[in-house]
Amino acid sequence: MALEQLYQEVILDHYKNPRGKRAVPGAELSCSRNNPLCGDEITIYAHLEDGAVADLGFEGSGCSISIASASMLVEAARGRPLNEAQDVAVRFRAMMAGSVEPDEDTFGDLVSLTGVRKYPARIKCAVLAWDVFQEALSGAGDATGDAPH
Amino acid sequence: MARVAEHAAALDVERIRADFPILRREVHGRPLVYLNSAATTQKPRQVIQALVEFYEQHNANAHRGVDTLGEEATALFEGARAKLAAFVGAPDPACIVFNRGTTESINLVAHAYGRKVLKEGDEVLLTQMEHHSNMIPWLLLAQATGATVRHLPIREDGTLELDALGSFLTHRTKIFSVTGMSNVLGTIPPLRRLADAAHAVGAVLMVDGAQLVPHLPVDVVDLDLDFLTVSGHKMLGPTASGGLYGRRELLERMDPFLGGGEMIREVFWDRATWAEVPWKFEAGTMNIAQEVGLAAAIDYLQVLGMENVRAHEERIAAYAMGRLLDAGARIFGPTDPSVRSGAISFWFKDIHPHDLATVLDQEGVAIRAGHHCAQPLMRVLGVPATARASFYIYNTPDEVDALIDALRVAERLFRTA
Repeated sequence: MALEQLYQEVILDHYKNPRGKRAVPGAELSCSRNNPLCGDEITIYAHLEDGAVADLGFEGSGCSISIASASMLVEAARGRPLNEAQDVAVRFRAMMAGSVEPDEDTFGDLVSLTGVRKYPARIKCAVLAWDVFQEALSGAGDATGDAPH
Repeated sequence: MARVAEHAAALDVERIRADFPILRREVHGRPLVYLNSAATTQKPRQVIQALVEFYEQHNANAHRGVDTLGEEATALFEGARAKLAAFVGAPDPACIVFNRGTTESINLVAHAYGRKVLKEGDEVLLTQMEHHSNMIPWLLLAQATGATVRHLPIREDGTLELDALGSFLTHRTKIFSVTGMSNVLGTIPPLRRLADAAHAVGAVLMVDGAQLVPHLPVDVVDLDLDFLTVSGHKMLGPTASGGLYGRRELLERMDPFLGGGEMIREVFWDRATWAEVPWKFEAGTMNIAQEVGLAAAIDYLQVLGMENVRAHEERIAAYAMGRLLDAGARIFGPTDPSVRSGAISFWFKDIHPHDLATVLDQEGVAIRAGHHCAQPLMRVLGVPATARASFYIYNTPDEVDALIDALRVAERLFRTA
């Protein structure tokens, strides 16, 4: 039973049919990172327009949890204003750390990843894409402010 | 084959299992099936008891006082050294330097031998199937000396590309450091041939024995090795036990590694002289209890007989590889059990190794998943990671069956989505 809670159908669906698994043309922001413990690798691409994450995508390889999490990230943050997208990342981390209760209205499919909390060794898989995403967005000041128009 | 079967029968696995308290525990409500001995082995009660007895009866610092406990602790510690020396065929206990194991031993040689001998333009030869612990110390050495690190390729079947040895091992090579048994592929290189080839160009041969020494009879004189590392925790001993075998004249030429108490002969304000080998390399309070525990582990293995240990592993590896291949797994490394170890890396049905390991754990089956501290080798193999089941003296064919059953559970789970 425990396994079905970890590998919920929605997670396996995102894993097998990842959303936004592609390089984004014209992405100003991109960032790659690997998990040195397991070799998983995620690259995030973000295209900003009018202070919003107009397009978002990822490439990489990893386990079902890390790929599903990246796919859900794309759905949760694409199209959002930059500050909202950053906020989702902060709240997702809080949810995985157990300090914010999962709530489907706020988190959508991401709620399914709370099953990972029972597997401490796998939490790093769930947050890998979010690490990369936050690092990519940290370059947003440069990309929006200094980029030649 | 008849010889193997005979030896295998000589290992009474049920009796061996009774010596390992941890094998009686359950994981997620199922009997523990421990298939991760290449990471660390479980410990028999004889080793646990040796630790308890040391701390309850003999605990003192070695080589310090003249009190009874100090004498006893010193005798046990030095007795362990003699035992390990005999176990690997070393001609003299002074050739054994105690430390935390393979990683520390390779760092010791890279620092104390490498920095003394290497200069710009010299080369250190490794292979493509080395553990990070047999790569990073040499990279650090190369940065410090201007020497170059090269890597002998592996063939498709996971064996070394020995035809290329002549172009990689040259008069520029000063150190050739190679695993005695790959922790990923299970490959056992022809060590005597490599030693002869290294010596022919004036290089020394260092063998990473972390996987080799626990699983095969090893004789450093027959193999003509210059350095051999031993990781005690992979051969029934406590963590942070083991050390380094070094040819005595090399150890004597080398500079110290760590400085501190006990490694000196005489200290002045502005200079010092060093203790004799091996104590020159043993600074500070040592891992006394751990090495005493390792001595008990060696006793245990010697009662079984290393030939029998090897025969048992060959037999169980053959059975496991057969069942894994039948189940549709891809196996990395040689599939002939007579030329490989019982550490079997595989890829199963495109299920990521981490997912496999999580599902298997729920079934009570402990394996290793990941890059096994061999990231460059993973790139050669073209996979991000592998799953690895590894076997030791206490594993049974039934446990191989449990592994296969657990793989079926994973297959069903990942197929239904």
